[in-house]
Parts: sequence; C-alpha cells; structure tokens
Amino acid sequence: MGFFTDAVALSRFQFALTVIFHFLFVPLSIGLGLFMALSETRYYKTRDSKDKAATKFWAKIFTTTFIIGVASGITMEFSFGTNWANYSRFVGDIFGAPLAAEALLAFFLESIFLGIVLFGRNRVSPKAYLVSCWMTWFGSALSALWILIANSWMQTPAGFELLPDGSKAVITDFWAAALNPSSIARYLHTVDSLLILGAFCVMAVGAWYLKKGRDEHHGVTFMQMGLRVGIITVILMLPLAHMQAKVVAEYQPAKLAAMEGHWEDGPMDLSIIGWVDQTTGKTWSISIPGGASFLGSGNFDTIYPGLDTIEGGLNSFDDYDGVKASSYQGGIPPVNITFQAYHLMICLYGLMIIWLIVASRALFSAKKGKTSTAMLSLMVWGPLIPFLAIQSGWMVAEIGRQPWVVYDLLLTLDAVSPVVSAPEILITISLFIVFYSILLISWLRVVLGTIKTGPVEVDESAGKGTKANKAIGSKTAAQVEGGE
Amino acid sequence: MHQALQILWFLLITVLLIGYFVLDGFDLGAGILYPFIAKDDHEKSIVRHSVGPFWDGNEVWLLTGGGALFAAFAPAYATSFSGFYLAIMLVLFGLIIRAMAVEMSKLDEKWRKLWDLFFFIGSFLPALLYGAAIGNIIQGVALDAAGEYRGGFFSLLNPFALLCGVMGLVSCITQGAAWLSLKAPLDSEVHTRAVKMRSVFSLVSLVVFVLVSIFFLGIVKPQFSSDRVALPLAYIFAALCVVGWGLSRFFMAKKNDLFSFLAVSIIPVALVAMTAASIYPNLIPAAANPQGIVTYFIIPGAAQPELSLTIFNSSNSEMTLMIMTIITCIGLPLVLAYHVYLYRTFRGRITEDDLDHGY
Repeated sequence: MGFFTDAVALSRFQFALTVIFHFLFVPLSIGLGLFMALSETRYYKTRDSKDKAATKFWAKIFTTTFIIGVASGITMEFSFGTNWANYSRFVGDIFGAPLAAEALLAFFLESIFLGIVLFGRNRVSPKAYLVSCWMTWFGSALSALWILIANSWMQTPAGFELLPDGSKAVITDFWAAALNPSSIARYLHTVDSLLILGAFCVMAVGAWYLKKGRDEHHGVTFMQMGLRVGIITVILMLPLAHMQAKVVAEYQPAKLAAMEGHWEDGPMDLSIIGWVDQTTGKTWSISIPGGASFLGSGNFDTIYPGLDTIEGGLNSFDDYDGVKASSYQGGIPPVNITFQAYHLMICLYGLMIIWLIVASRALFSAKKGKTSTAMLSLMVWGPLIPFLAIQSGWMVAEIGRQPWVVYDLLLTLDAVSPVVSAPEILITISLFIVFYSILLISWLRVVLGTIKTGPVEVDESAGKGTKANKAIGSKTAAQVEGGE
Repeated sequence: MHQALQILWFLLITVLLIGYFVLDGFDLGAGILYPFIAKDDHEKSIVRHSVGPFWDGNEVWLLTGGGALFAAFAPAYATSFSGFYLAIMLVLFGLIIRAMAVEMSKLDEKWRKLWDLFFFIGSFLPALLYGAAIGNIIQGVALDAAGEYRGGFFSLLNPFALLCGVMGLVSCITQGAAWLSLKAPLDSEVHTRAVKMRSVFSLVSLVVFVLVSIFFLGIVKPQFSSDRVALPLAYIFAALCVVGWGLSRFFMAKKNDLFSFLAVSIIPVALVAMTAASIYPNLIPAAANPQGIVTYFIIPGAAQPELSLTIFNSSNSEMTLMIMTIITCIGLPLVLAYHVYLYRTFRGRITEDDLDHGY
C-alpha cells in the first residue's frame, strides 16, 4: 500500500505535521510569557516608561505566538476524535479528563487574563495589570502540566486496568494515573526547556539591538534578563534531563535501547556520535562502554535488554535489574532516527552552554561600551538551538515509543479512525499545509517587524495614565526624545 | 450512582455548550457583520475592540465542551468527530483562520485585506456548521452496529440540517448586532448600522424559527422512536425562545441596548436546551440511512434506537465521571469569577482611550 492510500500513514503524517507546528509556538509563548511578566514586574517597580514599552513589546510578540498556539491547539484536541477514534475509545476513560481539566483550569485563566493584558492597560490598576501578566503566564504553564500528564500516561501508563476483552483501559486510581512514573520528570524537563527557549529568544533580540547600536537600554536589559534566566535554566536542565532519562531507562526499555542503538543484552554504552543500521541490527559509534548503564543506574555493569531481545517481546524483566516494567509485548521503534534525534539534542545542549558563555562575554563588553559584532551575531541565531533541541527531544519521546501509541498497550496501527478514508485525510493535509504556511509567514513578518520597530514608548502626559505614570510623565518624555 | 453521574454530565455538557453558544455567538456574529458594518479603519477597529478582550475566552468554552465530551462520553466523542470528519475540519479551519485574523488585522497591515476576509469566513463557517451539526444530531444519523457513522459527508447536508444551520447563523448575527449596538460609541455609524441590523435579523430569526418548527413537527418528529423521553421539555424551551424574542423586540423598541442584548441571548440558550431535551438520553441517535433521492434528501431515516449512542451505553466509568465532577466543582466557579472580572473591566461602550491602548 502506497503512502497516499494508507490512512494510517496519512493520519500519522498529519498528526506529526500539526503537532510539530503546534509545538513551534507553544514553547515560545510559554517561554516568552515569563519575560512579559518579568518585564511588567520591572516596570511596576521602576515606573520607567521604557520598561512599560518593553512589556507592550513582549506582549505583542507573545500574543501573536500564543494565538497560533491556541489555533493549532484546537487541531490537536479535535484530532484525537477525528483521526484517532479508536485511540479515543481505548483511552477515553483516562485521557479525556486531563484535556477537559486543561481547558477548564488553565485555558480560561490564560485567555481571560490575556484579554486584560492586551486591552486593559487603561482600565485596571497597575497592580491588577501586573497580576494579569503573571496569571496569563501561570495559566500557560499550568496547561502544559495537564497535557504532559496526558502524554506521560501514554508513555508510562499507570492507575488503570484493561477490560476483560481488552477493548479499553479503565481508570482505577486517579493519582497513580495523573502522577504516573514519567509525569513529573517530563513536566519539569519540558518546562525548563521552554524557559531556555524564551531566554535565548530574549537574548537574541537584545543582542540584535546592541549589534545595530540602537535601543541600547532594551538591548542591555534583554540580554541581562535572558542571560540570567538562561544560566539558571540551562544548569537546572542537567538534573532534570537525568531524571527524565532515568524514567525512560526504568520503564521504557525499548525506547532506551533505541536511543543508544543497543542491540544485544548487556551493559549499555553511551554513544557520542554514531549510525544505526536497523536492517542488519548494527550500531557504529564512538562510545563510552557501560556509560549509559552508569547514568541509568549508577553502575557500569547493569544489564539492559537489547533491541534484538526486545523485538520479540519479553515475559519478564527479572534478568535486567535496571528495568522496572515486568513484561513487554514486543516491537521496536525506528532506531536510527531515535538515536540521531537523541544525540542531536545532547549536542545542542552542549552548544547552549557555549552560547551562554559567549553571551556573558558579549554583555560584559557591551556594558563597557564596546560592541563585539561577531559575538552578538552568534547570539542572534541562538534561538535555533533550543528550538531544534525541543523538537528532537520530542521526536525521541514520540518516535521512541513506537510501534505503540500507548506504551505496551495499544499499537498506533490500531488507534486510527476506521471510518476516515485516505482521500479525506489528503484533503485536510493539503489544507493544513496551505493555512499553516500562511500563519507561519505572517507570524514571521509580524514578529520580525515588531522587533525591527522596537519597543515604542507612548507619551504618558498625553494619555490618561495612572497617577504614578503622570508623576514621571515629563521625565519620560525627555528620555523618549533622547532614546528614539 | 453511575446513572446519576451520566445524567449530570449530560446536563453539564449542555451547560458548557450553552456557555459557548451564548458567548461565542456574539463574537461570531460580530465577525460576520464586520465587513458590512465597518466601512473604514476606525470603524473596523471599533468592531475588533468590541470582541478583542473576549473572543479567546469565549472559544475556550468550546474546547472545554469538547474535552468534557471526551472525558465523560468518549465513544460518542470518537464517533462524532471521526464520522463528521470533513465537517469538523471545516469548523476547525474556520476557527484557526479566525483566531489569527482577530489579532492580525491590526498587527499585519500589509495583509489586512486577507485577515479581514478570514475574520468574516472564519466566523461565518462555524456559525453555519454548528447549527447543521445540531440538526443532524436531532434527526439521528446512520450508525452501524459498531457505533460508527456510515452516512458520508453529503448526507449531512440535508434540508433540515441546513435549515438548522441557518437558524444558528441568524441567531449569531442577531446577537452580534445586539452586541455591537451595546459596545459601539453612541455617536458612531457602527452603532446606527448595528441597531438597524439587530432589528432586521431578529425578524429573520423569527421566520427561520417558525420554518424549523414546522419542519420538525411535520417531518422530523414522526420518525422518532419513543426513547426521546425529555421531548416535552423541548416545547417549554421553544416557548422560552419565543419569550426571549418578544422581550428583545420590547427592549429594542425602548432603545435599551443592554437589555436587548441580554434578551437576544436567551435565544441561543433556549436553542441549545431544546436540542438537549429533544435528544435525551441519546448523545447520537441512530437513524436508518434512507434510500432513494426524495426520501434521502427530505425525509430523515426512521429511528433505530437499538443502535443509538446514549449517555448510558457510551459513558466513561463512574470513577472518571466522579473525578470530572470534582474538577468541575473546583474549576467552574473560578471560570465564572474570571468572566465576571473580565466583563466588568470592559463594561460600557468602547472609548477613544480604549482604541489608543489596545494592541
């Protein structure tokens, strides 16, 4: 069966396309939301109209990004029903609740307070405005929690039983399902990566201003904010990523083995770089023998099952002391792509550290009044690193789970909608490509345009600003003339 | 207990959908009227600002309704979303381009014409299709023994469903006009036009309502089986619809924009409640796929109650419904509080100051 007539392949392609698109914008909005709130906090303290302009600037970029996240997010919620009806029937008893909770507890919060942030500056007190900024961000971070709980359940299902006929999973313990083995680790790992992305974007904008020798105040402020958050989050990533990897090692032996191209039972090597040939079941790599075993269990000799063994299914994991699952039905993911995505992510992490060091140097010289164009140019391209790292990380998570859609319970093959035909999916894929391209192009133009214009200060004395604004109105007007 | 929860969740989803159709109804309506009611940039900006702070929160009601259907009645969610694939996708694309359009027509001046067009199409399509979907659900659709929809896309476009679609569309437009009458500055052209359209579309909505009622009583209802136990309630809600309409005419004549809007908003409340009452305890009633051109396109198929997806045979487990009830008890009061805060903050008509401050 060719790709264009295969409803399963097309549904998978459509899901991959729409979820990757969705996850270009969501991370950015959660990452930048923090900086919007930080910027408003700064303004609340300083009452400097430059900082107010900065909030408005980030709010504009945040909104454009957020809205695409919302729009493409509706696609995701609908897609479980439209394209994955049998999945929905199988997991509905467990998977629907976090989705509904996400909408009820998080989406309302973020969208309603965003309304205030965007349109309410003149209608609410400065304090209420500040709170609204934080609420918007808090809502977005909370929504990530619910959806990651749902995803984690697909990775490490818990707190359920199968109906006797195996037709669906039914919940038995809410807390065990919600706080399944990978929920917390996945949430922290993901949110930290989103904050890194936000930090790198804010740094990039700051660096671009410094490089162009304009909006110096904002250039330095953005670099500084981005750098501080960047350093904290990048350092935090080490233990968080380790936590996440340990969960994979304990509960998803097939994914772990694919990440390292581990074919035969035994201690697992930690590859630096390599290539996997799945047809022959061979991995060529430069690696530290037993390194992955050490990271997973603290012992170089811990034996992990290899892909050759896993493929046929395992009745017991008793022989493998690093692994907690008790049985595994079999099947292995596409190994090379999992392997490459995983190692790409690690490499990109290394690059992030280098970038942070360069950023500190660049900021240090900028503060002394020297601009080092080369370093600043590097910073401008910085956001690509976390962007790529986030995408490749999710490829490991999702491709590494195959052939299962719910690990060890439901095959992706069995999850699709029986009544949706290949031509119908082809129509919608084409429409997604058309509309998403328009969104992407327009987003790029608006965001780049906003950055080019820079934060714009409004003359406070003319508007009906708050008391505090009025008090410093004349001062800011003078600064505006100097700064613009 | 399980049964009580199943009934509770049928009611809660009805409430969520009422929330959605009342709140998003007015901003969809404003979007449909946008090209006709706003002639220059300043007027367009008034229309956009009237829905700006609200539309996103309003749309979340739909996401919550969809999520709740998934969480409470997963089999019905799966059957309807996959069965009505192309129709659902059309709604989805409408919502996607609309979301972008609301924000972009201000920010993206070069493409403003495109975004203005998207704002219109993205509001028009969902407003029409929601009603059509509801019309199909009321009649019943072709389900097989596995609970899968087998009717195809084009049989969804039958006369009763399309008529219901027009009903929904007109209701949204009337509500949108009433909203713009309430929010637009009194001395603006937008206000004058909105008041006029409010009156015109409210008359149209009465006509369509009468047509839908005749069609329903004469052709659709005779096909029902006896399982539609809450049908009598539907007549009460139909009466409420007419009362809402009468009140709205009264307040329109009194030139009271706030109460006109509130009275007009009774209509979508009553329409959704009517739908719920007329299908209960079904979620997706089954009907035979009628054969032959005439019957296919005019007379809906006879009921096949044994194949219907009901709240009892298509619900999630008792524990899940219980968990969802707890989550709702925590979440819904918060949501209502946010709404009160938002609508209070932006109460009153749009001012020049608002237009200066928005994005």
